[in-house]
Order: sequence, then C-alpha cells, then structure tokens
Amino acid sequence: MKASRILLIAAAVAMSVPAIALAQSKTSAKSAQVKRGEYMTMVSGCHDCHTPLKMGANGPEPDMSRMLSGHPQDMQLPPAPGPTGPWNAHVAATLTAWAGPWGVSYTANLTPDPETGVLRDFTEQQFIQTMRTGKHQGQGRQILPPMPWPMIGKMTDQDLKAIFAYLRQIPPVKNKVPDPIIATQ
Amino acid sequence: MPVLSEMRTRRIGRWTSIIGVALAAIALLGSAAAARRPLSRSAPELLQETGLYADFGRHQVDPRHLEFAPQYPLWSDGAAKKRWISLPARAAIDGSNPDVWAFPAGTRFWKEFSFGGRRIETRFMERQEDGTWLYAAYEWNEDQSEARLVSERGKPKAFDLGGGRSHFIPSVNDCKSCHQGHPAQVLGFGALQLSSARDPNAIHGEPMPAPGVDLQYLVDNKLLKRLPRAVLENPPVIHAATPAERTALGYLHGNCGHCHNDAGSLRNLGFSLRHVQGPARRDAERTVATAVGQPVKGRFPGQAPDAKLRVEPGQPERSVLLQRMGSRNPLVQMPPVGTVMIDDEAIRLVTQWIRDLEAPVRSTEATGKTAQTKGEDP
Repeated sequence: MKASRILLIAAAVAMSVPAIALAQSKTSAKSAQVKRGEYMTMVSGCHDCHTPLKMGANGPEPDMSRMLSGHPQDMQLPPAPGPTGPWNAHVAATLTAWAGPWGVSYTANLTPDPETGVLRDFTEQQFIQTMRTGKHQGQGRQILPPMPWPMIGKMTDQDLKAIFAYLRQIPPVKNKVPDPIIATQ
Repeated sequence: MPVLSEMRTRRIGRWTSIIGVALAAIALLGSAAAARRPLSRSAPELLQETGLYADFGRHQVDPRHLEFAPQYPLWSDGAAKKRWISLPARAAIDGSNPDVWAFPAGTRFWKEFSFGGRRIETRFMERQEDGTWLYAAYEWNEDQSEARLVSERGKPKAFDLGGGRSHFIPSVNDCKSCHQGHPAQVLGFGALQLSSARDPNAIHGEPMPAPGVDLQYLVDNKLLKRLPRAVLENPPVIHAATPAERTALGYLHGNCGHCHNDAGSLRNLGFSLRHVQGPARRDAERTVATAVGQPVKGRFPGQAPDAKLRVEPGQPERSVLLQRMGSRNPLVQMPPVGTVMIDDEAIRLVTQWIRDLEAPVRSTEATGKTAQTKGEDP
C-alpha cells in the first residue's frame, strides 16, 4: 500500500471519528432532554388530569394504556351539577372532566396523535408561550381551569423544552376530546 | 531649567484646562441625563409618573409628545382612543426594515381609552435598555383625578357596556399575547398605519391630530431614519382590486395582522393578514394569498360542517374568518382578547368583500402555500 493511500485512509478515519462522536453526543443530549421531560411530567402532576383514572384492585389508578391522552372520547357524562355554595367545582371520577363557574372543561390529549393531539401543530416556542401566558398557542383563547399554567409557566425554558420533547415522542393515542362548554352568564 | 520648568507648567496648565473642559462636559451630560426620566423597569404606581402630562391636574399632555392616529385602528368595542409617542432626545426610529421598525430604548407609547366621554384606562409601553418592552395599564377614577396602576392580572368590569358586557382592562399577558405576536411589538405605529396615502374609507377612521404625524413628518423631523427611499416616495397602500377591498384588507391588517403574520410565532399557520412592504412583498397581498380559498386545518367548537375555507369566495356565510370575527364565544371569537362586542361595521365590510370575490382563487401563490400550511387557527 502506498504511503499516500495510507495517509488518505488515516485522514478519513480521523475526520469521521469526531463526526460520529458529535452525532452520538447530540443523540445523548436529546435522550437526556427527553428523560428530563419524562421526570418533569411525572413530578409536575401532568398525569393527574391528562391520564384518565380507572378503577383497579386497590382503587383508582392511572390508565397507562391511555397515557396523557386526556378525557376519553367514549365516556358519556350527564350534565354537570351547578356550583352550589362553597362546593363550586366538581370533577369526574377519571379526573379528566371538571365543572365550575367557568363551565365544563375536558383535559387535552397531549400525545402526538396527528389527528387528535392538541399539540400536533404547536412549535416549541408556542408551547412555552402557552405555559407562560395561559393562552392557546401562546396567543389565542384563554386556557380553562384547572390547568395550572401559572405554576408550570414559572419553569425554566430548559424544563419546558424538555417536557415538550418528551410529549413529542410518547405513544400517540387517538382520542378526540370534546369541546369545552362555556358557562352562560 | 527655569525655561523647562515654565514649559512644564504651561503643559500642565493646558492639560488641566483640557481635563477641566472634559470634566465640565461630562458633568453637563450627566446633569442632562439626570434630568431625563430614567427607564421604568417596573411600572410606576401613578400615570402621571410615566411622564405623559405636563400638568396632570388639567390633563395637559406634555407638548413634546407626539399625538398620532393609525389609519386602520383596532376595534375596542367603540372606545374613543388617543395615542402619543415620546422618543428620547436626539434619538430616532430605525426604519431600515420597513416592516419591523426598531425603536430606541426609552421610547414610550400611551393609549387612552374613553367611553361616553369619560377616560377609563390609559395603557403604557416603554422600551427598556435590554430591548424588551414594559407593559402597564392605568385605571382612571370616577372624577378623573387619578389614574392608578392596574394589577398584572388586569381588571374586569372597568366599564359597563350594556347587555351584561363590560370593558376589561387587559392583563400583562393579554398585552403580550397581541404585542409579541410580531417582532416589532408596536402595533399601530408603522409604515402602512402612518402612510401619507391614507385610506379615505377606513372604518372607525379618526382625523389625523396635529401636528400630522405621518411618514413624511417623521422623516422631515429626523425621528425616523434609514427608511427606504421607495417607501417614502411611494407611500404604502394596500394592493387591492377595488377601494372596498383596500379598506377590508386594511381592517384585517389593523385588527388581525399583529398575530396572523409571516414573522411572528404563529407563522407556522401559513396565515397572514398583515400588509408587508419589504422583500416579503409579492404581487398579491398576503391576506389574499393565505386566506382566500385556503382550507382551515383545525376546527373551532361549533364550526359548521360546510365551513372549510378561511375565506370562500362569494360565500361569506361559509368563510371561517368571518364566522370567528362574528362570534364573541370566548372559545371562538377573533380577536381573542380586547373585545366583547362584535364590530358590526367590520362584519358588513368583510362580508361584502367576500361576496365580491370571484372564484376561482385569484392568488397564484395559494396552492404552494396550502401544502405547507399546518395548524389550527388559535
């Protein structure tokens, strides 16, 4: 083998090693971000309302087959009772339907389902703005109670980006959440 | 030696006087800076502390501030509005990008809202050193003797509009949701709104207050610099087939374009109702290119099954844009904030525009854009 050929091969190897290392480092950073997002989603209580509860042997438990897919579309509910006295809010047993002075709200499908996922057209920036302002896509209608956006909106950009990255890659669940009902004044 | 000593003394004396002059200049500049109002950082408690008035007791606005009126004003449930801008001394707006003017730190804007001849609120914006804008709103008391800072969360029921509706003083988030929808963040003070070629048919149009702040005025008074010569020589006008279309598209620019545009965070919708001057300008207005004949990807609560296009030529009742303008259901209405009453005059204007549109879609750009369009209109 000629010396020049050896040199060429050596140069190619030398150039490809950093490229592979860079790609691996990017993948690893992404994976760390998703893991952080999974953790933040868990400890911030997102599952409490966005993953429906089902009755298990030991009482209510999250139905992980519908993880973060919001209020089940097939769940039929009678009209919500009106606010009475200090008991001015009511919640369905799944914790996915809430009634109060604002009307009735159903928790959103946060999975990346291309047809029914509420975040399907959100950019990362819009997701962050939504959490900061409490407005749909950061600029639209007001998000209804009990979504705790004032608390979540205090998270760092890094944490919100991590949550968004995590939600982008969880299993999609096709579930068309009903439209909210606005209370008539 | 005595000569050397004299030379040294003279040199020292010269340097002393140079330093003295420099110190005096610095002191003068310092006192001038001290006299100028410092940037707010946080909003003052009282409106008069923002510097709007020369004599607050008489409601006499500082004559150094410029009153202006955009040609396509934002609908605010029929409120009468007055607006002022104040630029720092010797500072100017950079108009090199005619679609996104850059305002110097210290720029202040005020907008006063009145119903039935009574001031209800005055909104205040101030550009900070770091480039961000401060947003605040002040509520006037009953006898108009005081205007006090409103909570960041806004103030409901600030004025009874009748029919169970009332004026809401916006929260800081409300302010940001509109103003931050476009990189300029200033909504009513731009090239089209201050064009010397004003639309005589603009609805809710207001007479231009003295001294007549338009592009020419700003350039002549060195308050606007680096504006492309072409924009001054050919004052911005909506590109339209008819005067009625010009007025309709102007209304959409003034009322919708601050969120629905190609430069802000909702650009992924591919839905722009904003007139542009710069390189993004093509033959057709962006509204025609991105709304007329263009499908709505998402849906809003209660959307009729046959309402599938943002604007369906000849079919106002099936055009989603008009349906959302004509709703005040909080989940549906457009704009989503700042109004609780439908703008009937605008509905008539836009209805007629859509009725007059001829199928098929006139925009050659439309097809290409459709493929890229994604997203539910918020």
